[in-house]
Amino acid sequence: MATRLKPVDAVLVGFGWTAAIIGQELTDAGLQVVALERGNFRDTVPDFSPTQIQDELRYAVRKATFEEPDRETLTFRNSTSDTALPMRQLGSFLPGVGVGGAGVHWNGQNWRFMPTDFKMRSHSEQRYGKKFLPDDMTIQDWPLSYDDLEPYYDKWEYLCGISGKAGNLNGQIQEGGNPFEGPRKREFPLPPLKRSASAMKFDEAAKSIGLHPFPCPAGNASQPYTNTLGVKLGQCTYCGYCEWFGCANYSKASPQTTILPVLLRKDNFSYKTNATVTRVNMDSTGKKATGVTYVDAQGREFEQPAEMVILCAYSLHNVHLLLVSKIGKPYDAESNTGAVGKNYAYQMSAYVDVFFDEIINPFMGAGALGQVVDDFNGDNFDHGPHGFIGGAYISMWQTGGRPILQHYTPTDTPKWGGGFKKALKENYLRSASMQIHGGIMSYKQNHLDLDPTYRDIYGNPLMRLTFDFQKNDLDMEKYVTDRAVDIAKAVKGNRGYNVRARTGHYGIVEYQTTHNTGGAIIGDNPSNSVINKYCQSWDVPNLFVLGASAFPQNPGYNPTGTVGALTYFAADAITSRYLKNPGALV
Amino acid sequence: MAWMMRLLRANFRTATLMPTLSRRTFLIASASASAAACSKIPNTLPPEYPEQTRSDAPLFLDASERRFINAACARIIPKDDLGPGALEAGVPDFIDRQLAGPFGQASTWYMQGPWAKGSEQQGYQLKFTPAQMYRHAMNNVDDYCNKQFKKAFADLPPADQDNVLTGLEKGDIDLPDVPAKTFFTMLLQNVTEGFFADPMYGGNRDFIGWKLIGFPGPRYNYVEEIEQYGKPYTLPPVSLKLGRAKPEKA
Repeated sequence: MATRLKPVDAVLVGFGWTAAIIGQELTDAGLQVVALERGNFRDTVPDFSPTQIQDELRYAVRKATFEEPDRETLTFRNSTSDTALPMRQLGSFLPGVGVGGAGVHWNGQNWRFMPTDFKMRSHSEQRYGKKFLPDDMTIQDWPLSYDDLEPYYDKWEYLCGISGKAGNLNGQIQEGGNPFEGPRKREFPLPPLKRSASAMKFDEAAKSIGLHPFPCPAGNASQPYTNTLGVKLGQCTYCGYCEWFGCANYSKASPQTTILPVLLRKDNFSYKTNATVTRVNMDSTGKKATGVTYVDAQGREFEQPAEMVILCAYSLHNVHLLLVSKIGKPYDAESNTGAVGKNYAYQMSAYVDVFFDEIINPFMGAGALGQVVDDFNGDNFDHGPHGFIGGAYISMWQTGGRPILQHYTPTDTPKWGGGFKKALKENYLRSASMQIHGGIMSYKQNHLDLDPTYRDIYGNPLMRLTFDFQKNDLDMEKYVTDRAVDIAKAVKGNRGYNVRARTGHYGIVEYQTTHNTGGAIIGDNPSNSVINKYCQSWDVPNLFVLGASAFPQNPGYNPTGTVGALTYFAADAITSRYLKNPGALV
Repeated sequence: MAWMMRLLRANFRTATLMPTLSRRTFLIASASASAAACSKIPNTLPPEYPEQTRSDAPLFLDASERRFINAACARIIPKDDLGPGALEAGVPDFIDRQLAGPFGQASTWYMQGPWAKGSEQQGYQLKFTPAQMYRHAMNNVDDYCNKQFKKAFADLPPADQDNVLTGLEKGDIDLPDVPAKTFFTMLLQNVTEGFFADPMYGGNRDFIGWKLIGFPGPRYNYVEEIEQYGKPYTLPPVSLKLGRAKPEKA
């Protein structure tokens, strides 16, 4: 029997980026807020200390800070005609667990979506005609525009202390920045990071063939920074342990380094760890959430009543909670009806490894230290002759050269034995990898629902992922990978390159990206979406769903910047309008 | 409730997740550290850690399995004119500890049925933990070698060992209990891990793996060096727990 707790004004499910942001904003508005986190508390000291965290085996290979599949995982199949089987160990994506969520272990690659990304369907149809899009492609426009989000992107970037160079200030193209980006009102809060050796080589090569390289906007502080909440970040030391690690140096933007020092001191905020929410509870009308049920470390059940329920879990878990709580109409792929679970999307990564004459010291790096071209992303080029929409950025990262997972050897050398050893020795200090980071459109058949067979440790059905790569996106990835080869060929002092193309079926084994999106998408009416433009459930107005589960399709950028901006946009609507008059905002 | 029992088991597991050294190894390590404390261990290192964590105490592998792993390591990254290989780097110690620990026991894997073969895209669907898979596979490979060559894998000449490993890699050798490719892929991955993980895990002894390629370990700060393009980094490698490598002799 669940123990009923004292009601609060708002309960947050999860305690990562979106919960930290909304928690800060709602407590500023005077609300009593509690966050429920399934993992442990973590902070820079002692959890990410430099005598502990710089351990590739423990964190990157054995995946110590991620979700444990024996507690909760999903089942997967490529198509509805297959039987889904459990993802028994982590692979393709790595949802975070613990306070700070994936905000602890991200690289800090921080992007804004382009203006046309918010009008994916109408823009594509207008430029290329309705027949250009395949019948099964279910992309749709966002109910808000880049201009609507711009002030909130700005707020997020100044919270995080993003290091970068503007490419478009109020419509004026800026030398050294991304000329394709949407207009921003002011410069980045910090200048770009120092450039790595591989970034210099990429920059020179890309310019030599007429492309427009620029430094990736980085959530790794290039200089000491005091953020908009008065929290101080330290200068990045280029230690090379960002992705899959917490930052030891207060340099990577995370909830811990930007918000928690303020939020955790507030009397009207509290959090519980090892508290896994298993249900959103509803009243008898089915139109109002009454709170949530969670299970603690000992397996005891608690009911936390709340006036507002805000889902701040990882995108997949937001959708799972909606499905097991029977909120909204589950998506049915056969009839293309219903909304919860619809438009799951992902991203594509292909790689071109480049082997240089000179040493580049790959171990000196940072998660978002890289030079990028956006010439083949989004709709920055004419897709007419190619027959696909969407695109990818091409980046040359230097994220740390951690040797178990980041050793590149030419594809024609052996994978073990004396030849392998020789190739390791000859190439480790002299290689780097370009990423072709591509978007994925949404399709009728790619979706999330509940598995009929397998259950998680709490007794809930596992979520079932039905997903495969589709022709449009594979064609896109091939086209942009070929453009990356053009860059590789133009690198001076290049001894050769490997192409690791993305082809065939999607598999859940190899790590690709933790950019899972959709399933609780944003839209302009209840028939095509789960939430309105303010991330408010169409069915249950006191329920909000934050995070990348809102994306109707996945453009070619890392999602965190847009997740942050969208959360601030929703927070503004909640504090300025909803709290005065609780009810549907649209 | 069944789910409650699974939950409590998982929670207990979390409390003991991934000890850096097993208690047994730790005791051995402590003893040798105190014996050597006066002469060998620099004062800056925590006293409980020895210069090396080498231990002859087996945690998972029995004697014949250990010989198998030693032989496989010696072929996968061999000792040659470029220097010592995986065997000399203590990778068999590393693998023994890993198989005895949370990885080998699949402690965070979803191990509920029903079980089905699944597609390549759906990944590992065997009922075996990594430790169980190793044990079956090593037995199967030795059976195969005894049948083909009248010798165990470890006793074959290197060229025959390479042929057997190639047969496993390509799936040309059919093992009765486990898919050969799955075993070889995991073995190769674990050897690479042991060669390149921090030496505190038992492999990469004396920084053999890191010195081969020029990785300096978790040095933490390259603010000054990162823009010195093309310039070699010369400080010796460091371990999180075992201090720094001895400087190379000039």
